[in-house]
Amino acid sequence: MPAKPSFKTLVVSSAVLSLGSIASAMASDDYSDGVVRIGVLTDMSGIYTDLSGEAAVEAVRMAVEDFGGEVNGVPIEVIYGDHRNRADTGASRAREWYNNDGVDMINDLSNSGVALAVAAVADEQQRHAIVNSSSNIGLTNDYCSPYVTHYTYDAYSLAQGTGQSIVEDGGDTWFFLTVDFAFGIGLEEQVSEVVRDAGGQVVGAARHPLDTTDFSSYALQAQASGAEIIGIASTGADAINAINALAEFGVTPDQRPAALLLWYDDIVSLGLDTAQGLLLTNAFYWDANDETREFSQRFYERTGRMPNMAHAGNYSSTIHYLNAVEAAGTDAPDAVSEQMRELEINDFFASGGYIRDNGRMVHDQYLWEVKSPDESEYDYDFLRLVTTIPGEDAFQPLDESTCHLLNGN
Amino acid sequence: MDILGIPLQALLGQLMLGIVNGSFYAVLSLGLAIIFGVLKIVNFAHGAFFMLGAFTAFLLAQYMGLDYWVTLIVAPLLVAAFGMLFEFLFLRRLYGLDPIYGLLLTFSLVLVLEGGFRVAFGSSGQPFATPEQLRGTINLGFMILPLYRGFVIVSALLLCLVTWFIIERTSLGASLRAATERSELTQAFGINVPRLITLTYGVGVGLAAFAGVLAAPIFHVNPSMGSSLVIIIFAVVVIGGLGSIMGAIVTGLGLGVVEGFTRVFYSEFSSTIVFLVMVLVLLLRPAGLFGREEG
Repeated sequence: MPAKPSFKTLVVSSAVLSLGSIASAMASDDYSDGVVRIGVLTDMSGIYTDLSGEAAVEAVRMAVEDFGGEVNGVPIEVIYGDHRNRADTGASRAREWYNNDGVDMINDLSNSGVALAVAAVADEQQRHAIVNSSSNIGLTNDYCSPYVTHYTYDAYSLAQGTGQSIVEDGGDTWFFLTVDFAFGIGLEEQVSEVVRDAGGQVVGAARHPLDTTDFSSYALQAQASGAEIIGIASTGADAINAINALAEFGVTPDQRPAALLLWYDDIVSLGLDTAQGLLLTNAFYWDANDETREFSQRFYERTGRMPNMAHAGNYSSTIHYLNAVEAAGTDAPDAVSEQMRELEINDFFASGGYIRDNGRMVHDQYLWEVKSPDESEYDYDFLRLVTTIPGEDAFQPLDESTCHLLNGN
Repeated sequence: MDILGIPLQALLGQLMLGIVNGSFYAVLSLGLAIIFGVLKIVNFAHGAFFMLGAFTAFLLAQYMGLDYWVTLIVAPLLVAAFGMLFEFLFLRRLYGLDPIYGLLLTFSLVLVLEGGFRVAFGSSGQPFATPEQLRGTINLGFMILPLYRGFVIVSALLLCLVTWFIIERTSLGASLRAATERSELTQAFGINVPRLITLTYGVGVGLAAFAGVLAAPIFHVNPSMGSSLVIIIFAVVVIGGLGSIMGAIVTGLGLGVVEGFTRVFYSEFSSTIVFLVMVLVLLLRPAGLFGREEG
């Protein structure tokens, strides 16, 4: 039979226990449920898994580890979930996380439809959401919120990068192959605007469902349109299939495909033979400088792949959020929002980056060209820098934004 | 010359593409119809076997350096063997039960296969080169047809006809049909019905895998390439009439063409049109276009 604890042991141990809880209460008083919890809501099983997915979760985990695992003595926790590319699934998961699971910030948010839905929940629940993997500029316009940050890129920056440079190069009649949801349509609109502003002409568009395998019919329509440029307003597997179909049907020599959102991973998948010469506007490339190489090397060791701009954005934005929490001394959403807009972002991802009142993170974007197989000298050596687009030009001017948080709106 | 504001040339081009897609539908729905006819199993894994065919060909080419023409034969055989093993170990236990069990089992196989390949190869897919002899295009006057697509039409239709011939015109097919209709009586004649059933499943799966290898150079090999097709294939089989071999072939081709035309007139509707046709057929001819009412 175990010995009965003496009265003295009981007193001492309860005193120790209560001291402990007082101490932790002091540290976490300003932190909701004593933990800063980050939820990565991403596509774990669908068409965009390669672009964000598990590697996005890993990027956020890396950021938390590099930050030291705690902020002002409060532990940081990372959880993740699959939105299955459905806006309703994403929104209900976000609501559950904010309400029941004490999640303070949701990161990644691939798929524009999901991102817009989650942004609305974040605004209503007054909790943070940082969008890294989607492009719809509604996030910093009609659906803007003090709690929503659009971090890595958007449809406007893609249009300014790839769209603008092709128009300047003389491509002035366009036909679009557009994926039929918020992302594709938003991107088509942005690029059409750039084309028209430059005096060009949009002769038509064909909309296809998400995750289309057969693009042959669209390739024929694009051929028949007679447009010089076939703008591909989709990404991931859709864009890859579209590029392949256009190549297969031998678009006439005076027609060129222009992929409006290509990811580093798409180049890997297409292979340099097919992809060479394509332009892409990306905020990040692993081989840009020593800092990006250092991060990418560590990322590669953990995930077995090189990071793309969304992965880098997930890392950078998580660090920025944690910096803001540290500076605010609390995870109270309003105080953190204020600090996020106050602090400048200087890391391997952005230099002199800052967040505007409508939630847009402003930083330089880069236009890259895919190297030919002969130019590529070592593994993953895929891109050549064409030009740097300064942050102020890359993103929508504030006076054009319809965000209600801005003066005069 | 324009028809409804669309140049005739564009329409002919879409007709041709419709036939290409229809060829895939025909081979796939043929396999599905055979399996349903004999096993009475709703083989939800048909799309996954299609994908498996493409991936097997990819892996054989990538790691064993096999030629496309060899993989076109070897990959379907390997996948068919896998299918027969699956039938022998699992599916066999569900005969005579509510069809929903078969559907659940085959659906779970889809999730396992697709999930596994996604973890191993990612979601954006792997490139698969068109065989050298079939690169290039032919000018048909109204369109430029990639040579390979022409090859798809020819080989798919040939395969469909051979399968139809075996089932409808040979003694093997006769015992197969007998086993379908009166399995106990057939067994009494000394025919090994369980083995015949395993073989049938293997043939159905092999057809799906063959279509997968045919599709690999066109569609890019990726884990979800089958799941987007399988729903359409089910609709094709329902429209053609469950269990009807010729029905599956003709309907497959026909729906490919209908879908192709829809892409020209109202592209957003192209993923729905097949189901609209299905609703209409079910309303007007519940047994399908080529099916017989079971009495």
